[in-house]
Amino acid sequence: MNAPVADFSATIASIEDLELLDRLRRGEEAAFTQLVEGLYGSMLRLAMFHLGNRAVAEEVVQDAWVGVLRQLDRFEGRSSLRTWILRIVSNLAKTRAVRERRTLPFSSLDGLDEQDREPAVDPERFLPAGERWAGHWSSPPRSWQDVPEELLLSQETRAEVERAIEALPPTQRAVIVLRDVDGLTAAEACELLGLTDGNQRVLLHRARSRVRRALERYLDDAQVA
Amino acid sequence: MSGAEFDCEDVVEVVTDYLEGVMAPEDRRRFERHLNDCDGCLHYLEQMQAVIRLVGRPTVESVPPETMAGLLRKFRTWRG
Repeated sequence: MNAPVADFSATIASIEDLELLDRLRRGEEAAFTQLVEGLYGSMLRLAMFHLGNRAVAEEVVQDAWVGVLRQLDRFEGRSSLRTWILRIVSNLAKTRAVRERRTLPFSSLDGLDEQDREPAVDPERFLPAGERWAGHWSSPPRSWQDVPEELLLSQETRAEVERAIEALPPTQRAVIVLRDVDGLTAAEACELLGLTDGNQRVLLHRARSRVRRALERYLDDAQVA
Repeated sequence: MSGAEFDCEDVVEVVTDYLEGVMAPEDRRRFERHLNDCDGCLHYLEQMQAVIRLVGRPTVESVPPETMAGLLRKFRTWRG
């Protein structure tokens, strides 16, 4: 095994984090509003993942903000502000789940379930065993380089991506959101979700593969239309 | 994976290991060798990279107004 490629993107506080922190400490309400708006959805999703109940998850998010304000002066910038806050949510949500005597959804995750074993691409798109080029594309993906930017970056495409994410099994959704939306590192996502490194990667792979399939279908249809 | 070269059906299953940088060096070389010769898989890799970029475009969640008002009260008390 080679060493994993280091990813420092979310491991320490950024200049923007430090500036925001400075504004918060000066009591700027606009800075606080900006922080809440940027994080509320992620916090709620993470709490939901641990608790499975929206009302309880909302309470936990409220409590987490109280915790954030209480501990803000102790934030040392050794992680991004986002990771630090999500860690507070995760800890509160796990404690609350135990209190509610609720089994954590991933205790069952040590064994991944059926949905996490499906192939990344429909096997029909490859030449079958016995053919000379078995295992090679029979229907290869086309380049998205020639998809017009205005389609690729449109609100409609964005909405399609979000629909695909919402349609994922909950554990796959939790992983892709933390990794690709919130920009956390693999290690941070494992810690917050209580996953092993290997399972985290399998879930990320399945989630990205499903979103790709949805997007490919959508872009093909949109361009034919 | 060891020995044999990757075919396209292998590539789509190990693309995340490649992007995450956790592939053994010989597998990495095998993967890149395959991509050099296969436009379909090169496009597949580019599509996965596009997915990561598209998923990562920031969205601002709408926070329910009463929730925001409650949190702002807490912020004012904290600033105190």
